[in-house]
Amino acid sequence: MRRLLILLPPLAWLLLLVAAPLLIIGLIAFAEAGPGVPPFIPPFGWAGGPVWRGSTESIGTLLGETYYLEAFLRSLLTAFVTAALCLLLAYPMALGIAGARPSWRLPLLLLVLLPFWAGFLPRLGAWIGLLRDGGWANGVLGLAGIGPLRLLYSNLALYLGMVHAYLPFAVLPLATALLRRDRSLEEAAADLGATPFTVFRSVTLPLSLPAAASAFLLVFIPAAGEFVIPELLGPPEAQLVGRVLWGEFFQNRDWPLAAALALAMLVLLLPPILLFQRLGRRG
Amino acid sequence: MALLAVEGLSKRFGAALALDGLDLELRPGEFLALLGGSGSGKSTLLRLVAGFETPDAGRILLEGRDLAGLPPHARPVGMMFQSYALFPHLSVFDNVAYGLRRERMAAAEIGQRVREALAMVGLEAMAGRKPHQLSGGQRQRVALVRSLVKRPRLLLLDEPLAALDAGLRERTGLELRALQRRIGAGFVMVTHDQAEALALADRIAVLEAGRLAQCGPPAELYERPATRFVARFLGAANVLEGKVGADGVMVAGPCRLALPHGAAPGETLAVALRPERIRLLEGAPPGANGVAGVLRDLAYRGDGWMALVALPDGTELRVALPAGVAPPEPGSHLALGWPAEALVALRA
Repeated sequence: MRRLLILLPPLAWLLLLVAAPLLIIGLIAFAEAGPGVPPFIPPFGWAGGPVWRGSTESIGTLLGETYYLEAFLRSLLTAFVTAALCLLLAYPMALGIAGARPSWRLPLLLLVLLPFWAGFLPRLGAWIGLLRDGGWANGVLGLAGIGPLRLLYSNLALYLGMVHAYLPFAVLPLATALLRRDRSLEEAAADLGATPFTVFRSVTLPLSLPAAASAFLLVFIPAAGEFVIPELLGPPEAQLVGRVLWGEFFQNRDWPLAAALALAMLVLLLPPILLFQRLGRRG
Repeated sequence: MALLAVEGLSKRFGAALALDGLDLELRPGEFLALLGGSGSGKSTLLRLVAGFETPDAGRILLEGRDLAGLPPHARPVGMMFQSYALFPHLSVFDNVAYGLRRERMAAAEIGQRVREALAMVGLEAMAGRKPHQLSGGQRQRVALVRSLVKRPRLLLLDEPLAALDAGLRERTGLELRALQRRIGAGFVMVTHDQAEALALADRIAVLEAGRLAQCGPPAELYERPATRFVARFLGAANVLEGKVGADGVMVAGPCRLALPHGAAPGETLAVALRPERIRLLEGAPPGANGVAGVLRDLAYRGDGWMALVALPDGTELRVALPAGVAPPEPGSHLALGWPAEALVALRA
């Protein structure tokens, strides 16, 4: 009885804020688009008894047109590259923070989080100003006799923006894990004749793999659905799922197709999540 | 030549002086116990020898060679950690092989050396297990052979028995010493447990606030403690303080003490008196080396009782009463006496 009471709040939370919205999205995905507010006909009706009025048309569209498949693949690739770049940059940062004097650690962590204090859109605006044809970056390149290059609306700008936005999500779990690590293991390795590099390769790195996996996931999952950064900085031809979904929802007002896209994204993200969870447990 | 010589070693952590000009020597094949309370600097000494800390002053010589500037991985010194520090992601075999692999030894030879080492402590069957699948005693033995498999001439052990439960500790300690005798390496063992140090070590170095209080064979330290600290730390001796009178008899409160070798009149002295050297007497106490008191408290210790006897001036004497005799009732008046040889003059 008491266990039930303790479990009730999180259970209610999950039902209300996770399960119910998912169910609604699922229902909308099987509805037919139609005029009205909201712009779809509910898949279940009532005419003397329950009636199925749904349609699998949206799912069919999704599976039938390569446009959507390409958007998914490009999104996963973009998220993967972003997460990999963030991990590569975050690991040395986290190692440095964990190795710093105790009085320096908190200020260094705050510096990592500092960009969050400025709004997200102003920061992207700053990137646009830096990268546009007549911007600072091209100005400096021009002094060196290079350019002007097309930096904005390129993959370079896309990844600059993505890494800039998601890097703190990778630094935090890594720094926490590296701070908590048992230093006597590294001392034991050194005592047994391992050089500092070998200590890192054979002890520090393998033991931090679970944290690295969670850092990767924390970037990968939100990055896969990102639409603002690709929209503002990325190449126009690169249609990512986030942008496609936005377009279907707000421009085409095709809610069933948008809901189907969201569900498909969820299904696509499940395997990597499970894979990384297993990787984390093994480490 | 000494296997390890420590000369004037000092180390400061912020405001705390962990080691204060320590001098110490270890002979080849010797088992030395570093005994001291927490903060006495005993672990700091190990970490300085292993190379994890740098001394502020002084030298560390291994077989005459100054270790200054050598990083830990270049020092031919083994260390066993209190937490064992076994690599959780590696099997028992790979843990033990770790040090040999760093020497780029051939795989076949590594395999043979690791199997030999594991056989030495009866763990051949555990080679494939991970550390978390072992019992505490098994982990302790893996940590021991891992630090020994490179055959260091000097092994540093930081509280190697502290994490074991009491039943296992004594036997494992004896096995540890048997192993040390067999391989002939010099052992420096840090411990806060005086019984462990007395039982296992060839010599004991007692550290107090970063300085060497006394160093010598266990029996010498126990029977002839040099300082109050050593007398109290080893076996909880009574320490009596007083002044030597004109007749050469020292007066410490109500006690008149006739020292075995006499004393210069007028000298101020502190002497140690072991609880187990004090006897209960019938009748009145003798004029010297005896005192009357009231039994205040009694604690049963299995092999006898520890009695707290209040003297007329309010000080207390610890007296060990043997088992097999019914102890007196608390509150009863007792006459105590001890032989002159039981009194050991302390220098500080």
